[in-house]
Amino acid sequence: MPTYVRTDKCDGCKGQDKTACMYICPHDLMKLDKDGSETGHAMKAFNQEPEQCWECYSCVKICPQQAIEVRHYADIVPLGGSVQPLRGSDSIMWTIKFRNGTLKRFKFPIRTTPEGSIDPYAGKAMPKMADIEKSGFFTNDYAKGYRAGNPAELIRK
Amino acid sequence: MADFSNPEVVQEEVDILMIGGGMACCGAAYEVMRWAEAAKAETGVDLKIKLVDKAAMDRSGAVAQGLSAINTYIGDAQDPADYARMVSNDLMGITRDDLAYDCGRHVDDSVHMFEEWGLPIWKTDENGERHDGAQGMTPLKDGGKCVRSGKWQIMINGESYKWIVAEAAKKALGLDRIQERVFIVHLINDKNDPSRIAGAAGFSVRENKIYIYKAKAILLAAGGCVNIFRPRSVGEGTGRAWYPVWNAGSTYSMAAEAGAELTMMENRFVPARFKDGYGPVGAWFLLFKAQATNAFGEAYMAKNKDMLNDYPPYGQAAVPASCLRNHLMLHEMLEGRGPIWMDTVTALANMREKLTPREVKHLEAEAWEDFLDMSVGQCGIWVGENIEPEKKKSELMPTEPYLLGSHSGCCGIWVSGPTDVGAPTKEEYSGVPAHLPSGWSWGYRGMTTVKGLFTAGDGVGASGHKFSSGSHAEGRIAAKSMVKYCLDNKGYKPEFDETPEQIAEVI
Repeated sequence: MPTYVRTDKCDGCKGQDKTACMYICPHDLMKLDKDGSETGHAMKAFNQEPEQCWECYSCVKICPQQAIEVRHYADIVPLGGSVQPLRGSDSIMWTIKFRNGTLKRFKFPIRTTPEGSIDPYAGKAMPKMADIEKSGFFTNDYAKGYRAGNPAELIRK
Repeated sequence: MADFSNPEVVQEEVDILMIGGGMACCGAAYEVMRWAEAAKAETGVDLKIKLVDKAAMDRSGAVAQGLSAINTYIGDAQDPADYARMVSNDLMGITRDDLAYDCGRHVDDSVHMFEEWGLPIWKTDENGERHDGAQGMTPLKDGGKCVRSGKWQIMINGESYKWIVAEAAKKALGLDRIQERVFIVHLINDKNDPSRIAGAAGFSVRENKIYIYKAKAILLAAGGCVNIFRPRSVGEGTGRAWYPVWNAGSTYSMAAEAGAELTMMENRFVPARFKDGYGPVGAWFLLFKAQATNAFGEAYMAKNKDMLNDYPPYGQAAVPASCLRNHLMLHEMLEGRGPIWMDTVTALANMREKLTPREVKHLEAEAWEDFLDMSVGQCGIWVGENIEPEKKKSELMPTEPYLLGSHSGCCGIWVSGPTDVGAPTKEEYSGVPAHLPSGWSWGYRGMTTVKGLFTAGDGVGASGHKFSSGSHAEGRIAAKSMVKYCLDNKGYKPEFDETPEQIAEVI
């Protein structure tokens, strides 16, 4: 089953051409049931192929309504626990409920810069075509990550 | 059933086409645009560039879920040659030192960029206490001290790792050069020279459309291959694999169909992982110093140490080859002394004794974050089975086999290596087919044996242990070569033997 949509919370992303979960799912599993003909729930998203779900949580994290949850797969995992994130712009909060009722909460940073703020080439010198066949990237002097090393004694060349 | 007859055919001609949206193609996108800009400024050639991804770049590829560590970071105290030796040892001598070394000398540049873009990287302060990556400590590039979980691994808060790397790639390319949700399934060789690549075709996963691209140079970096062997998970859990289930193997199949030489395809990777949930073991072994034991609590790596002597020198290295560690584990299981346990209880108890009170508070969170950052499903198993790692041990199990070239496996495509590290320039043994190049470098770095077809990441064979950062770096290396290739082949005009209708029919 892996992910499932709580139809009481899902708003179909308010009728945009695709929902956030459809946009993000790396395996293209999420689908908006526009007229309710597939699930009986019109304008609600659903996981159309649960047995192909990697449980990567991409849809759970992106859903603006927190309408997607995960019921871990029944061939292995007894029912009753849950692992649910709330992803913000700089951190993620996890609520972890054990089957026996034990509750844990963790918060971790996810990024140190504002989302959308990357200016990829700012402050980096333009490369010269004369260097294109040389080892190293255009950020060589800037990133200070090139390790010349000594290949002389490699095991097999 | 949807109607797939009479698809709309979309055609486009570009100079450089990138297939995939994972770490390798994100790296390529970042590097290629800058060199294309330089090419335009200096030579007046305006290269047309496109990236095609079957998913959304923000969460595509093997890093979609995030990662809790960057497994390849050389640092300023180690030599990329040592890294190449480790790669060779771990894969028992079937890797190419030229490729591993080249990746090793470039990879830290990418890691430093990740940090600048916003990836939180754990740091150690002057007292040796470790801090998460949001504490604003000195960046690695300016001498900040990382937290090593192993000789080559560093810890990160990596839930949004891919999101961050994709943002830089998307900004570099601009949205006009990105086509998402198109699955490329077919490479097309040139009509006049079948040993040269001329284009690629695929289909939209959302609309009844076929996409056909003509291109001078193509970067094929669409990941490894999952579910080629029956997965251990069954029924509704079939999608739960260790490597992402969407890695369909198209990198290898398309390359083979286009005539590229593959290598080391016999090298299947079987990681030992937390049973059922595929949770990572690296941090448990390396950071938390946990031991794996058999059912009787015996540390089987120590107990079976003599078995390693059968495989010199790979068994006698500081860290024996991954497959030999599996070998010793399987020996215990076959002898009836399974299951194998990761002794999280003892490890966490020992850690508590050594750490400051503040660090102890972080310890439990760190243990959970290790899974939450990259393998949430494992936490699902812990909560379902009421496993708290400080109170109850977890089972380990070798997974089903995978085909990949970026983790501790090295199958993939044979590529041209660097020219400046002394790699062979001719073949040592006779019997190499005439159509294959002689030596390990035949021109453009990262190019396969098909002219104009490049690869990176999981696509590159005989060069494992690149992981996320090394795949990004390899994509960047290939990007430079593709720009050079296009400039050198300015006059080349890709032509297809088949008509667009015939290509659409094949798809």
